Amino acid sequence: MQISARRMDKTTILDISGDIDLAHSPEVRKMVLVEFREKRTPRVILNLRDVNYIDSSGVASLVEGLKASRDVGSRLILFGLSPIAHEVLQLSRLLKIFEIYDTEDMALEA
Amino acid sequence: MLFSYSRCVPCLPWKGGLELRRTSWLLRLELPSNPEILCVVRSAVMRLTEVLGFPAAECRALTRAVDEALANIIRHAYGGRPGKPIELLCRRTQVRTGGKPRTGLEIVVVDQGAAVDRKKLCGRSLDDVRPGGLGLHFIQEGVDVMQYTSQAHRNRLRLVKYLPAAESKSKIAKGE
Repeated sequence: MQISARRMDKTTILDISGDIDLAHSPEVRKMVLVEFREKRTPRVILNLRDVNYIDSSGVASLVEGLKASRDVGSRLILFGLSPIAHEVLQLSRLLKIFEIYDTEDMALEA
Repeated sequence: MLFSYSRCVPCLPWKGGLELRRTSWLLRLELPSNPEILCVVRSAVMRLTEVLGFPAAECRALTRAVDEALANIIRHAYGGRPGKPIELLCRRTQVRTGGKPRTGLEIVVVDQGAAVDRKKLCGRSLDDVRPGGLGLHFIQEGVDVMQYTSQAHRNRLRLVKYLPAAESKSKIAKGE
């Protein structure tokens, strides 16, 4: 898995590629939490376009990030969900909990 | 499904039909309890389920179930310690339900870690939005049978997924 950050004004976009599974979800969790708790970034957008797989630990990392965003009055936005990522969030009944958009432009405009 | 999330009856033996036949193992893997190996297992199980003729959504669900079962062993049975032994075995199985034979895939995962508290095999309500506790839900969602036993320092999780009726009939007709 690879994760990189693009920072612009009040937004950070985290581009993630590969699998968010037990081996790699701690890294995603750490980066998202740092954005909210330490950098107090008002808006963090996760680019999941190149994520092939998300397991329950990956979902837990996203939920923890969402809770952290709400704690500090920020926003966590997801975009580019693959069918598999979409399926996992659907199974977890979390599709309506997250702000989810199809494209980066839509996420930035939101 | 024998063991559903909403109707939580953990660890009951399979009562959905008479087991007719088991083949020899199709796949047998000995793994260390390292998270980095999970992607390899997912690839193998996904391919196996495709070869056996499961529909795409069920291939994904079954692969997810196995992945979550292994992740639970790594995290809970072995407390995150790497290098501990896990065994994964897969074979075809066949049962007769309602007078009709059904073919399926039986997956057995064995570890030598701490036994699971059976009360915790019920999972949690999905209405409660919080991190954690989803793995068991994913396992239950992906299989028709889930059985857990722990004996003599060996924990054994047995998962079975049956092919849909049409595919099952086809496999039997081919003598597979």
